[in-house]
Amino acid sequence: MAQRFEIWKRLDWIIILLYVFLVIAGWLNIYSAVYSEEHRSIFDMEQRYGKQMLWIIFAFVLGLLILVTESNFFVAFSFPLYIFLLFLLIVVLFFGNKVNGAKAWLTIGEFALQPSEFAKFGTSLALAKVMSSYDFSFKNRNSKILLIALLVIPVLLIVLQHDTGSALVYVAFLIPFYREGMSGLILFFLFFTALLFILSLLLAPWLFVVLLILSAFAVFILLRKKWNELLTPLIVLVSSVALVSIIFLVFGLAYNFYFVLLISSFISGVILLFFSIYKRIPQATLIVSIFILSLLFSFTVDFAFENILQPHQQDRINNLLGIESDPLGAGYNVNQSKIAIGSGGLFGKGFLKGTQTKFDFVPEQSTDFIFCTVGEEWGFVGSIVIIVAFIYLIIRIINLAERQRSIFSRVFGYCVASIIFFHFVINIGMTIGIAPVIGIPLPFFSYGGSSLWFFTLLLFTFLRLDASRFEQLR
Amino acid sequence: MNSFAKRKNIIIGILLIIGAIYVMRLFNLQIVDSTYKRSATRNVVREVIEFPSRGLIYDRNGEMLVYNQIVYDLLATPREIGRFDTTTLCSIIDVPKEVFIDELKKAKRMSTYRPSVIIKQIPPDRYALLKEKMFKFPGFYLQTRNVRTYPFGCAAHVLGYIGEVSPAFLEKNPYYRSGDYIGVSGIEKAYEEHLRGRKGVSLFLVDVHGRIKGSYEDGKLDTVAVKGRDLVSSLDRELQQYGEKLMVNKAGSIVAIEPSTGEILSLVSSPSYDPVEMVGRNRTVNFPRLLNDPLLPLFNRAISAQYPPGSTVKMLHGLIALEENIITLGSSYYCANGFHVGNFHQACHHEQSFNLNNAIAQSCNAYFSQEFRDLLQDRKYGGARNGYEVWRNHVLSFGFGNRISYEFDEEAKGFIPEAEYYEKRVFKNAKWRALPIISLAIGQGEMQTTPLQMANYTAILANRGFYYPPHVVRSIDGAELNPELKTKRYTTVNSIQFERIMDGMEEVVNSGTASIARIPGITICGKTGTAQNPHGSDHSTFIAFAPRENPKIAIAVYVENGKWGNLYAAPIASLMIEKYLKDSIQPSRQWLETRMLETNLLYPELPNYIQYPK
Repeated sequence: MAQRFEIWKRLDWIIILLYVFLVIAGWLNIYSAVYSEEHRSIFDMEQRYGKQMLWIIFAFVLGLLILVTESNFFVAFSFPLYIFLLFLLIVVLFFGNKVNGAKAWLTIGEFALQPSEFAKFGTSLALAKVMSSYDFSFKNRNSKILLIALLVIPVLLIVLQHDTGSALVYVAFLIPFYREGMSGLILFFLFFTALLFILSLLLAPWLFVVLLILSAFAVFILLRKKWNELLTPLIVLVSSVALVSIIFLVFGLAYNFYFVLLISSFISGVILLFFSIYKRIPQATLIVSIFILSLLFSFTVDFAFENILQPHQQDRINNLLGIESDPLGAGYNVNQSKIAIGSGGLFGKGFLKGTQTKFDFVPEQSTDFIFCTVGEEWGFVGSIVIIVAFIYLIIRIINLAERQRSIFSRVFGYCVASIIFFHFVINIGMTIGIAPVIGIPLPFFSYGGSSLWFFTLLLFTFLRLDASRFEQLR
Repeated sequence: MNSFAKRKNIIIGILLIIGAIYVMRLFNLQIVDSTYKRSATRNVVREVIEFPSRGLIYDRNGEMLVYNQIVYDLLATPREIGRFDTTTLCSIIDVPKEVFIDELKKAKRMSTYRPSVIIKQIPPDRYALLKEKMFKFPGFYLQTRNVRTYPFGCAAHVLGYIGEVSPAFLEKNPYYRSGDYIGVSGIEKAYEEHLRGRKGVSLFLVDVHGRIKGSYEDGKLDTVAVKGRDLVSSLDRELQQYGEKLMVNKAGSIVAIEPSTGEILSLVSSPSYDPVEMVGRNRTVNFPRLLNDPLLPLFNRAISAQYPPGSTVKMLHGLIALEENIITLGSSYYCANGFHVGNFHQACHHEQSFNLNNAIAQSCNAYFSQEFRDLLQDRKYGGARNGYEVWRNHVLSFGFGNRISYEFDEEAKGFIPEAEYYEKRVFKNAKWRALPIISLAIGQGEMQTTPLQMANYTAILANRGFYYPPHVVRSIDGAELNPELKTKRYTTVNSIQFERIMDGMEEVVNSGTASIARIPGITICGKTGTAQNPHGSDHSTFIAFAPRENPKIAIAVYVENGKWGNLYAAPIASLMIEKYLKDSIQPSRQWLETRMLETNLLYPELPNYIQYPK
């Protein structure tokens, strides 16, 4: 009994308050998004907000159950839970229901569950278990292989359900990896690749190559701080451009600036690579290598984009990058979402007063696009409150994670923070048109039992672990 | 404790940067950029327009010329359409089944939630049948519309017609929306702003499917439709119809004006059409037919056709010469079967001397040619060019050479050449002389006038020197008439001079060139004319006013290819005058009426309206 009593004292009530705030705010916004004159009662079980109330009650019960569970349970059962949830992912492949093209739902009587949500919980536990073991190290090859396997298996199963959005969330696990010692270069490399990908689609090809050359020179100068060393690469570049141009003219080929530039910068890259190795200038070698790889990458992206991607996938990417604007086609959701949010103004139109919200202009408004309701009815002020609440929640979780004695708890805490982080960034980002439209819910906010219960499970498990922070969990 | 603990700060840093980007983005979306607010309003607010009924038009005696009839549009909301018998419905509304099915498909493509018009303008008799059976056609309903109706089917050119607004017009006139009707010609166009009334607008909130969900801002911004203003036209319906009847099978026009007010009593352009042809479902058939008719029934000859005035212009010459002291009433010129100077010969058919009144009565060309020559070359002007300028200014004061109507913007200006015109084309660098432009004296040559201008000129003669701009609308219910229409305009010729030529004009009808127009008991002053037509037979014209003292009617008649003034134009004018002043044609003149009614001058030859001489 004494230990039970301790739990309530050590529980982080700030996080619980934030949780309750977000859940209730979400419920009210769902009410507003679905509200119609015919069904006024917020407790109407036929409507989504009535059901959400039920899910919320269940979530509170679930949270309570977790808090009274022994914290060692999660450590001891992390692998069995992981395997059980993988099993559910396989089951859903055979017995699942299709919703919006994804075979991700498991129906048991009245309830429909989305195992892919819970799989992230199992993965977090398993990762925490592995990374907290004595012999784990990012320098160890076996450790790395194990980590990759733990991630790739659920991702593959989820991709097989055609639920790409949920699979993408697994990118979030790179954050705890990074925290636990994974090379920062991997994060940087990911970021750089994403940037290259976007730029090579966004910019005219020749402009991209020119920018790449200029930035290679700029980085070189920054690293070496010797202006006279610029001469050699300049000469090589200019002469190869001249040479390729002459070849083009001699052979009577149609002069295409992009191809000339691409070929000559590739040639000069290879020359400079050998030159830098010969002269033993490692920075130059690195820069030139990255330069050549970037050239190849952008060329591949352009080629892949035109030849491999389906038209609707091209649409989505183009849309996100603002290349094509067709407000009635692929960009309809995002455009309507921006209209709803943008029309909110400073203080919003008031609870239940949002016209775009009430009249269904934004599709999926109670689930993925719930933030539109906040933006329209509560305005800039309301949006800021929600954003600050999320950021504060995430920072709070990270800080709590840092104070853990147990590596298991810390890694799990980072997993929780990262998953919420990823959902938050993508979900709100897509409603305001600066993140790709990946159908993932806003934690605690969006309509849906699976999502709410999953995040409750995640958060309260961490709270339970945090309450036992003075015990050494293994 | 852990060598990587510092990485926490990097992770939190990234989170904060993203948070800051989101806040800035929201700031831009919600506060800086206002386009989203406008898009939101456009998304949810739908206007529902209540159309006011268009103003009615009466004639000067209170007879209704134009009113509105209710017809019905059949609408359907595709989602709500249940099972129904297409054949029955089509037979009731008298529409081919294919057309109906086609329209229904179009409506479905537009929206399944919103009602669309399937069949337009179902006439009332069909409506009665349909209403009984309406319960059999779920998802369909009827909406009333007003269309113009014309109880007498006359005065099509004066009343004009209405049509859907053009996209180009819409851009400049935000009051109108695509599909609205607007006056296209005649009174309908000139008085559009009075007739149309004001549309009522109700704003409703709609959902994403376009279904109405309630009123916007509790209806605070809604407006009620205001009915259009009724007009009283100056037309005399009976006279108008009589004129149209006389002009059947003839091309030409009649314009009759009440001189003391400038009110147009009758304005006939022939061939004409029944105004009802431009209304309703048959319009799509009738309009192209009328448009392509070689006799140009849509062309309002009375105001837009330009002819040389012919001899009817002779009084004008006389008046100017009197005013300028070139001649006196006693001055005489000799007609030697015409007017001959050197190699120049102008034919006439007298061998005697004329004074002014005799010359008017007998329409002597030689007299007016000599008089015009003397005027142009009078020494006091110091050159024929100056003489011409003096003459031209007098002519312009009679309303020639410019638009005089404030109502019809399709009105032609006529043509009184400027001195420069002759300078360039006739005299080149030579000295001005009267002879090369002497045909102006007998109303031929370059001068062009419209029938309306000629009627106005007749009204000026009747008024002894002034006119009000001729107009077809007498009063507007609840608004003032354009004050310009009530403004008297004087000519530059003193009214004394007018009185001096009345005898000559009376003589024209009593014993002169138009004795056929004489009506026992009415003193008519008139003048015949022949408008030269290089493309066929000359046009017959006649102008007249009556009675001589205190005139009640001034009239100009043009009969295209009618050869001489006394052949058709004078009889028609005299019948019009008699009809207007006496209400009926006396038995002794009924043979003339019959002859005019039976005359058929139309043959498939394209009438040619001489534009400005090239």
